[in-house]
Amino acid sequence: MRFDWLYRESGRIAELFLWHLGLSVIPVVIGLLLALPLGWLAQRAGFFRSTLLGAAGLLYTIPSLALFVLLPLVLGTRILDPMNVVVALTVYALALLVRTVSDGLESVPPDVIQAANAMGYRRLPRLFVVELPLAVPVIAAGLRVAVVSNVSIVSVAALIGTPQLGLLFTQGLQLRFLTPIIAGIVLCVLLAALLDGLVLFAAKRMTPWQPGGAER
Amino acid sequence: MITFDTVSKHYRGQTVAVDKLSLTAPTGKLTIFVGPSGCGKTTSLRMVNRLIAPSSGRILLDGEPTDTMDVAVLRRKIGYVIQNAGLFPHRTVVQNIATTARLNGTPKDQALRIAHDLLERVGLSSAFANRYPWQLSGGQQQRVGVARALASDPKFMLMDEPFSAVDPVVRGQLQDEFLRLQRDIGKTIIMVTHDIDEALKLGDQVVVLRTGGTLAQVATPQELLARPADDFVADFIGRDRGYRVLGFAEFAKGGVPLGAEPTATLGATPETLRQIATDRWVLVTDPLNRPLGWADVDSLKGPLRDGDLNLSGTLAVEGSSLRHVLDAVLSSPSGRGVIVGQSGELMGTVTLSHVAEAIEAARTGRLGTQP
Ligand SMILES: Nc1ncnc2c1ncn2[C@@H]1O[C@H](COP(=O)(O)OP(=O)(O)O)[C@@H](O)[C@H]1O
Ligand SMILES: [Mg+2]
Repeated sequence: MRFDWLYRESGRIAELFLWHLGLSVIPVVIGLLLALPLGWLAQRAGFFRSTLLGAAGLLYTIPSLALFVLLPLVLGTRILDPMNVVVALTVYALALLVRTVSDGLESVPPDVIQAANAMGYRRLPRLFVVELPLAVPVIAAGLRVAVVSNVSIVSVAALIGTPQLGLLFTQGLQLRFLTPIIAGIVLCVLLAALLDGLVLFAAKRMTPWQPGGAER
Repeated sequence: MITFDTVSKHYRGQTVAVDKLSLTAPTGKLTIFVGPSGCGKTTSLRMVNRLIAPSSGRILLDGEPTDTMDVAVLRRKIGYVIQNAGLFPHRTVVQNIATTARLNGTPKDQALRIAHDLLERVGLSSAFANRYPWQLSGGQQQRVGVARALASDPKFMLMDEPFSAVDPVVRGQLQDEFLRLQRDIGKTIIMVTHDIDEALKLGDQVVVLRTGGTLAQVATPQELLARPADDFVADFIGRDRGYRVLGFAEFAKGGVPLGAEPTATLGATPETLRQIATDRWVLVTDPLNRPLGWADVDSLKGPLRDGDLNLSGTLAVEGSSLRHVLDAVLSSPSGRGVIVGQSGELMGTVTLSHVAEAIEAARTGRLGTQP
């Protein structure tokens, strides 16, 4: 460990950390916003559900590096444009979260849906007032997986030169120098733990009604 | 008034679930749909608020056909209670209750006030107001479910096996409380149950359905016990019909002469007891003249203590049914049934021959009204 190197490079490392943070979080947020309507559609329409969830599952099997390299061809962006990484990671987050949202809505007890219908809830108010709030625990569990796996996938983008903590790995490899690699690993783990904890905390705040939640 | 006009329901690729049902649930009365499992009770009920669409026929509310109404508007007019309450897990008890009022446009403050009032009406203390449903027992959840249905003050209510999911003791309590409530509010209610005893206990009118969703009989509980329409109904009502009909015959005040019963209190000596006794048994009361049990004069050795009392006899409250009075007689070691007033004070005793006369009078009275 060369702490003098860390100290000298701290400005750049902090910058890479912020890039990593942004590249991990922004795609999950966009993915969630897209997954909500798609997951809702998937959960409602039986035949559509298997097609949509199957397609989403397939997306997830495309290697990330392939996506990073192919996207510029599709989007017409430059190969070094961080937009490629954002789009690729959004695709992954979406693939994961469509199923999560659909499962979350599926987890709402049928008795509760029936009662809501019988009281005269229309479809959209029922979705926003009853179903989504009750789907929060399942959706939050999926979100935790999505952010944590995004933190690790982002570092692969080092191979195409996008700024984030992964650059510390490639640099360490090229210079046969361990310090940047260790610093990169520690910061990635920290970031993953931080984001995971954040989602967990927000979910707890949104579900005071859960057994074991905030006691009244 | 809820009217079924030749209503049928066929599920896809299935035999009929409900077959040309025509009947009327009168305004302010509790109508009970009863029948074996799978006879189409739930289907019939859910066609009223169009959770299920009839295949043919019409249902009318106060003469107005439901099939042309806006479905959400229709449902908001009708209270609905189901077996497991179906409360919103993420809402507190008062928020749950207020839901129906809110849906009908009541401002939030007022809806919450209504909810707090209803909490008390259904027998829950205000300590429950801010709890979440998982913190309540099944019986308590069911009470909240009833309160929620009432919060919009609907004219009509539908209840699907509302008391089936709780243990028998709680079920009895809920039934009694619900009867009292309904006496006050007089809603037009259709309730579904598979339990004939519940139907006979609660119903103003009982609709017996048979498998295949056809109507077997519509009658008051008394009529049903006295004149089942056919073998199916008779079978479904079960044994003890003759005995159970006594549950509907009120033990009229003055109908049977009450015998004066000599009583003793705890601490009395065997000599005193022997002096007042008319036979082996002496009724023992507390200082407020409320019966405690019977003392056996023959086996008493010292002053009368708690442990000497025979507690087998049931008490019949004045004005209760002949069934209770007969039970009081049959369960009493002295053969004299104890009748008490509303606050539990001793009124007197009756013998089996007196009750038999009352039963006979009730029976001939009943036969007299037969066409
Ligand atoms: N959604 C459905 N699809 C097909 N058949 C159904 C459906 N719901 C109920 N049934 C059938 O219709 C009949 C009546 O059901 P139901 O009204 O639930 O009876 P009950 O409430 O009297 O037990 C039963 O034979 C049941 O199997
Ligand atoms: Mg049923």
